Amino acid sequence: MTKFNAWNVIKNGLNGQSYWTRQWRDPEPKNSYDVVIIGGGLHGLATAYYLAKNHNIKNVAVLEKGWIGGGNAGRNTTIVRSNYMMPGNHEFYEHSLKLWENLSHELNYNVMFSQRAHVSLFHSPGAKDSVSRIYNIMRLHGTDAELWDLKTLKKKIPHLNYHNSRFPILGAAVQKRAGNARHDAVAWGYARAADTLGVDILQNCEVTGFTRKNGNIESIQTSRGIIKGKKIGFAVAGNTSVLWQMAELGNLPIESHKLQAFVSEAVKPLLDQVVVYGVGGAHFYISQSDKGSMVFGGDLDWYKSYAQRGNLPMVQDVAEAAMAIFPSLGRIRLLRHWAGVMDMTMDGSFFICKTPISNLYLNAGWNYGGFKASPASGWYFADLIANESPHNYVQNHNLERFEKGINIDERGAGPDPKLHG
Amino acid sequence: MIRINCPYCGERDHSEFSYGGDATINYPSLDALEKEWTEAIFFRKNIKGFQFETWHHSNGCRMWLVVERSTVTHEIKSVKPCHPDLQKVVENNK
Repeated sequence: MTKFNAWNVIKNGLNGQSYWTRQWRDPEPKNSYDVVIIGGGLHGLATAYYLAKNHNIKNVAVLEKGWIGGGNAGRNTTIVRSNYMMPGNHEFYEHSLKLWENLSHELNYNVMFSQRAHVSLFHSPGAKDSVSRIYNIMRLHGTDAELWDLKTLKKKIPHLNYHNSRFPILGAAVQKRAGNARHDAVAWGYARAADTLGVDILQNCEVTGFTRKNGNIESIQTSRGIIKGKKIGFAVAGNTSVLWQMAELGNLPIESHKLQAFVSEAVKPLLDQVVVYGVGGAHFYISQSDKGSMVFGGDLDWYKSYAQRGNLPMVQDVAEAAMAIFPSLGRIRLLRHWAGVMDMTMDGSFFICKTPISNLYLNAGWNYGGFKASPASGWYFADLIANESPHNYVQNHNLERFEKGINIDERGAGPDPKLHG
Repeated sequence: MIRINCPYCGERDHSEFSYGGDATINYPSLDALEKEWTEAIFFRKNIKGFQFETWHHSNGCRMWLVVERSTVTHEIKSVKPCHPDLQKVVENNK
């Protein structure tokens, strides 16, 4: 793998770009691995990378049923932030944000991480109090957070709709270190970096069954043959329940729902921040990609589904929210919209935990927050697999928390998965 | 758009309805073990394929329905009233 640096760019520039090698190998599956990660999304790839990097476990395979970057890694709105308040969550997401800040150097791959500020508008005094509480908790834990009054907001983003009488904009809660990144680059960067450390990335390798021995999973049946793993990790958000039942483990506190995202035609620079119309208003978030497209999304499709395609009422709903907050978008044309299937959990928080099978580990339940979490998710999942006990930050992110009554419910929405958006 | 054939109102767009959830949950008795209640409240089969689920006709007759729908293709096989007695009434009126 050729390293990206100034010397290689110049050298290849003079030689017709002929010395670049492929980004990662396409190996044949070996018979057995120390660790097999099922799911070649951002979380699976990051886990494999940190297993090799932090724990020196390099005999690792990542099984991907499709191709790298074809699942939810390519179906998100690329927002990175750490504005969480529950114990465990804020430390975890703050660590994730810190990993993002150095990720391009870490992976030798430009993930185009842009800390352009995440601006959550609020629309009522109650919403202001509520969001102030969350952002104060963030400050107490050392995360950057601030409130912008209307005057500051109007100066920073002059073209929002400040005349909306139903949901008047009163100000915004802002995290300046938040922003977004290039989703494909993150997947490719982790795949390339993991591969360089010796990880086998096996694409078009769908898991079809498990063989159990003495209570453990001995081998995995796949579309590319039988693969043995001493330890096995699930990182297949969206399809976690399917794999869980394939391993005969019963039910999970998860429902699969789909979330749509939208991309418009490219326009000249229009929006320098990630703007969220979300606290005491509708649910809508928008940013502008480096290419110029407006990238935005809204609510779930409101019914359980494994279909990777969205419904039309939500397209209308999102368009209405866009017009309510950003009327200058009225004549912009939509280029594409798509849906990703997500694990929506019963309390809106994730799982990085052991399972009833002693050599199986679970990484699942990312709700709306999978993209931003991926570096820390890989970090702590690798830590769990290597050390066989969870780090303090994720000690309650397990399946037993519901029976114990220690749900990690950021929104306080209760046990209805679709309400945790 | 999914079209749901409400037994009371006829076929309507799904945007008139609100999705409830798994219609096959059996709630345990009040003095059952915590484990059984945890299972009923928090754990789901999350079926990929046809499942029985509840929908509320919230912008229509406001009745709860049991819908058999595929979570992959969104095809609907049957729609019935939630309450078994109302199911009988609807059957008798056919």
